[in-house]
Formats: sequence, C-alpha cells, structure tokens
Amino acid sequence: MPLHYPTGVLTEHRWTRAHAGLFDVSHMGVAFVQLDRRSPDAEADHRRLAELIEPLVCGDLRALRPGELRYSLLLNETGGIVDDLLIGRPTDPAQQGSLFLVVNAATKECDFALIAETLGGAVQVDRRDPWGMMALQGPEAAPVLEAMCPGVSELGFMQFAPHEWREQSILISRSGYTGEDGFEILLSPAVAPSFWNALLEDARVRPVGLAARDSLRLEAGLPLYGHDLGPETSPIEAGLGFAVHRRRRDAGNLRGHARLACELAQGPSRIRVGLRVLEGAPAREGAVIARDGEPVGVVTSGGFSPTLGIPIAMGFVPPSLSAPATRLEVVVRDRAQAAEVVPLPFVPHRYVRHTHAGDMHALHPRP
Amino acid sequence: MRFTPDHEWVRLEGELAMVGITEHAAAALGDIVYLEIKAPGTHLAKGDILGVIESVKAASEIYAPIAGTVSEANTCAIDDPTLIGQAPEGEGWLARLQPSDSSEIDELMDADGYRALLDSLGAEQ
Repeated sequence: MPLHYPTGVLTEHRWTRAHAGLFDVSHMGVAFVQLDRRSPDAEADHRRLAELIEPLVCGDLRALRPGELRYSLLLNETGGIVDDLLIGRPTDPAQQGSLFLVVNAATKECDFALIAETLGGAVQVDRRDPWGMMALQGPEAAPVLEAMCPGVSELGFMQFAPHEWREQSILISRSGYTGEDGFEILLSPAVAPSFWNALLEDARVRPVGLAARDSLRLEAGLPLYGHDLGPETSPIEAGLGFAVHRRRRDAGNLRGHARLACELAQGPSRIRVGLRVLEGAPAREGAVIARDGEPVGVVTSGGFSPTLGIPIAMGFVPPSLSAPATRLEVVVRDRAQAAEVVPLPFVPHRYVRHTHAGDMHALHPRP
Repeated sequence: MRFTPDHEWVRLEGELAMVGITEHAAAALGDIVYLEIKAPGTHLAKGDILGVIESVKAASEIYAPIAGTVSEANTCAIDDPTLIGQAPEGEGWLARLQPSDSSEIDELMDADGYRALLDSLGAEQ
C-alpha cells in the first residue's frame, strides 16, 4: 500500500468520510487456526478450540457465534499487549473448530509463532499470506459493495459471511479502521486484482493510502499497535478494558491477571486520552505532554485532523489528568503549546449495527 | 530567482529577499497544514533554521538560504498553509529576509542549475 495516491492525503481522507475509500491491506497477517482433529460435534469443537486459544487473549471466544468477529488482544505474562487482532468464527457448519485471525503486519511472525508454540500439535495454523485483503470504508461503501455482492448490507458491524464472486469464495466482514461504516474483504490472489479494479470502476470509490489510513484511525480514536499499544501497555491503561472479558477476569486465567486485577481495582498509573492541540504545530509521536511545565506523559499518535481542521493527538497521562477539558501542554520543538483532553473518538463512529437477529444467526442458534 | 539544494528559492525584491519552497518540494511534502517562521528581528546565519513546515505526513525544517534578519513572515500562508502547496513560488512564499550581504544570492543555483539537480535526483531514483 502506498503512502498516498496522486490526489494526496487530505483528499483521500475527506473522500473516505464522504464517499468510499478503498485500501489495500494485504500486508495484514491472516490465518485460519483449526483443530488438528475435528469431531462430528461442531459446537464441541468450537468450545475446544476456544479453550485452547483463550489463555493467549483476554476475550471471550467461547461465546463467539458463527459469523461473529471480535476485537481482542494477545497479552504477555505481565499483562502487556503483544498485539491487537480480530478473531472470527466461520459460518459454515463444516468449518467449526476453526477460527480466523487477522493480526498486524509487523507482528504477524511473532504472533503465529506464539500460537503454534503454545498450542503445539493441537491446532494447525493455516496462513493466508498470499491472499489479498482490502477495506472499503465510508458512507457509500454499503451501496457500492451491495451492487457487487448482493446481501452484504445485511451484515451488522463485526459480522462476516462468505460470498461468491466470479465463482470464487471470498470472505466479507463489516468492519474497518476508519470509524466509518465499511467492509473488509479477504480473497484469493486469483481474484484480488480484478475485485479491486471492479470496485474502482464505481465512481464513488477511490483508492486511499497508508497516510490517510493513519489520519482516519486517529480521528476515530483507534489505537495503532507499536505506537499507542505495546508490550509495556496493559489493556486497562490503553482504554481497552472492554476487551478484557468479565468471565475471563473472574476466572483469573488471564495472562498478567495480577496486574490487570490491580489496575481494575485501584486504577492504572496512566491512561490513554485524546488531546486537542489548541495552538501551534501538530504534536507527533514522542512529544512530551506537560502540566504547568512539568512532564506528565507522552504523545503516542498525533497529527493534523482533516475533519476538525486542527491538530489532534493521543497519549498517556495519569488518570488524575484524564478528565475531559483538563488543560495540558504538548511540547513541540521545545515550545509548550496549549492542549486539552477530549473524549475519544475525535470524530463520531458511524458503524452500522443491526439489532434484529440475522438469518445467519438463525441458522446457528446459540446453544 | 535562485535555488538551494534544500529545494528553497530566494528572490530579491527591492532590498528584501523573499524565500519560499520550490514546486518540487511542495509536491514532495504533500498537503501542508502548518507553517512556523522565526520572529521578525531574528538574525540567521546561512543554513540556520528559518522555520518549519508541517505536512500531513511530517515536519520539515526550512533553512535560511542566505544570512540575514527575518523581516516578515507570510501571514496569509500561516493562516492558510494550503497556499504553500497551491502556489509555492508565488502567493505561498514563506518569509522576507533583510540580507546581510545580498550578493550571497548570486552564489546560489540558477534555474538551469536547479533543474539539473532535480534531473540528477530523478536519475538516482
């Protein structure tokens, strides 16, 4: 994926917020993790696989329903974040006892090695590195994709289903990294280029590069691994407590359980916040956050917000300074610039959630 | 108009030297969102930091192409930094300097020299 296409970052960013931006995210790490031996009991197979993988992550995989996608975190023994990832449970009854994982590009080797090492011979990790993955994001993404793959609009946020396109099976999820409604599409290298080109034939679609992907996710308040998240950062500090499932917490079988329990009881020593920079230059990653001249934290992501027309940033500060409207400073080139804490996201999410139970779920009722 | 290897231009207007970035630099930076210029009265040696341009991608320093004193920043470009990208060699100028020695300007590359530099950069890529 290029940094940007010829039209430039601002145009690409605004196009995605107004129409539909198309991103090539084939660099992401995708794999199907499946039980080495499956039984005739699909539900039992799912539970067995969930129980194998759960010790590595902080989410509830057992309750994952067919066609559901969940945001989760791989943790280390001290409760730090090794990676953030998406985990999906296939819809096909014949594919139960398998989960698909989408992890970050920079961490995929370590992640899949960790899974293979921890789970040993009980599972097979079937990587799909040569596969194409693209994201279609924006308010016009649904009508555009519906025209090519009828039925995709019925998916709700964080649901996925297989579709046929030119006699090839492709996987479409309603998810993304921009805060907009949209889809992520996983498909074989045989059809990826033609699918990409077919999408671009629609005048509502334009290609969008890595730089706008970053400014869009920043406005959406979504953390980026290696910047806002890392092996020292706990889910509680990162404001991702929602990903630490209650059952897992209560059972105490989480990696880094002692730290997470302590942070939940007493509050963490630092927490991720959003900052509006009220004057001066964009505060970028590494800029010091100060209060009355005293350093209190560090910016982990920052830049110019095309939607708001001002610089915005995310960073970590003590909880006592994390309330919205708290006045702080960001230090850019030795100059303290006024900033204030604001709630995340900076730009409201526009995810499409369906409240009714879709047909997909009706086919696979909860046990 | 004369040019520096850092892709800035300088042009004498009356007694003052006008400074900006080249079309090539503006295209390479992409969308420009912020401009900061040293306060008027600041004395700069040739090569000192005159200011900073921030694009959506990154921050880039602007160097004084000649020695001199900052006389004025382009306040229109500070208020609307997109001007720099739209007309980098015109309305999107950055600052005016009072040169210490205006003959320093003549030592810089002329348009042909700068074009040759761009060609050589293009050849490297």
